Amino acid sequence: MIWLANVKIPIGPQHPALKEPENFTITLDGEKVVDADIRIGYTHRGIEKLIETRNYIQNLYLIERICGICSFTHTQNYVQNVETILNIQIPRRAEYIRTLFLELERLHSHLLWMGVAGHEIGFDTLFMYTWQDRELVQDILEFISGNRVNYAMNTIGGVRRDISEDQKKKILETMIYLEKRAAYYKEVAVNEKTILARCQGVGILKPEIALKLSAVGPTARASGVDVDIRRDDPHAAYADTPFQVITTDTCDVFGRFVVRVLELFESINIIRHLMNNLPTGEIKAKAPRKVPEGEAISHTEAPRGEDIHYLRSNGTDKPERYKVRTPTMANLLSISEMLKGTYLADVPIIVAGIDPCMGCMDRVLVLKEGKENQPGYLLDWEHLRRYGIQWYAEKGGRIQ
Amino acid sequence: MKMPGKMLPKIFGFIFKKPVTVLYPKERLTPPKGLRGKMKFHLERCIHCGLCSHDCPSGACTMQLITGDKKQPVFDLDFCTFCAQCEEVCPKDAIEMTTEFELAHYKRGEAIVK
Repeated sequence: MIWLANVKIPIGPQHPALKEPENFTITLDGEKVVDADIRIGYTHRGIEKLIETRNYIQNLYLIERICGICSFTHTQNYVQNVETILNIQIPRRAEYIRTLFLELERLHSHLLWMGVAGHEIGFDTLFMYTWQDRELVQDILEFISGNRVNYAMNTIGGVRRDISEDQKKKILETMIYLEKRAAYYKEVAVNEKTILARCQGVGILKPEIALKLSAVGPTARASGVDVDIRRDDPHAAYADTPFQVITTDTCDVFGRFVVRVLELFESINIIRHLMNNLPTGEIKAKAPRKVPEGEAISHTEAPRGEDIHYLRSNGTDKPERYKVRTPTMANLLSISEMLKGTYLADVPIIVAGIDPCMGCMDRVLVLKEGKENQPGYLLDWEHLRRYGIQWYAEKGGRIQ
Repeated sequence: MKMPGKMLPKIFGFIFKKPVTVLYPKERLTPPKGLRGKMKFHLERCIHCGLCSHDCPSGACTMQLITGDKKQPVFDLDFCTFCAQCEEVCPKDAIEMTTEFELAHYKRGEAIVK
């Protein structure tokens, strides 16, 4: 079996096991993963540069489109940044509605993740069930905001739509049903053998390594790292909302499953609290179009973890620099640690275990030019052609 | 030992239930009242200020000369993201979002609201 030692196989960018294109080079010894290398940059979209060319109102809708799942948390960060520089006070009711959206988003994101995880372990029944329940959350979002995915709800100075009494009633009604379903998933997750066999002891991430690689969100919390931006640095209306931070110490994919299922209950309780204590009053404060010179940084707890945005303004109606660090960017390095020592068949569920969103995360990859026959050496077309012909000739696989 | 099939009773229960989805062209779900669908433009209320095209994030709304001597907004739904920013920014409520969502068409330039 010597010839099987340390075989390198590329997974991605296009691969049936991956939901989004990203390249993982996996070194295998037999069926065991020895090393994993991640190469990013395939789905880079240049949003940060595009932001600099648009005014602050137009950017609301561009930033919303960084992510399709956690779109509200990105706009939340953006408006927090702009409001910090403008120094305007947001009405309490608007803060509560924003928190409601953040939590509804967490609900549907976690339900979506459970479906994807179920699909990756070949348990499509779970996928169908969770996505059916997720549809209820999306119906609420559509009912309140008018859109299912990119809600266009946040604006500088507050929110764009108010919540009426019958909307409030519908939200509370749906929460009763979703709580029942969440209780069912909780029971299923710890008892269903299909989940236990595929998730327990898979993708181990020790707490000290999680801290060292700066893992965030449910990935870190499943490794016993007690970190949650909602509690540590409360934004929106989290300061006067009671909730618990869920952590487990199993450090594996199963732990990530349990953390997300238990967070469903927390989200449902937060939504109930917000709806029962919704303050009356205005939903929007007046905001000027031009933003004075200054810089601001803001972070929120996205469904996947800590999301950081940075804004520098120069006194015009367009930002000078905008920087986004999405939670997947922070969690991505820990994948390569989790993969070591596992089986090839577990790669999809481990990659899916951090709830990756490659489109949000991707960054430009800058190559340093190296010398010939060394890593980083850039070939021109003519050189590449000659290299290709030579390579095939040595293999004997191509007729000259 | 834990036995597989914890979900089996529910799964069998679902066999006798009606499908969650509906057969679309025959049955239709009514969209919620606040849905942001195709917009309606009231020319008589328009004061030709151009704020809608200034704030449009996708370039769907442009000011063009159609009738008279003043430019009016023209909405190309091929570009529209249905964020309803134009409706929000309009000082005279000349733009109104309707719940019409079936906007499929064959060629570019067929879905234009004037």
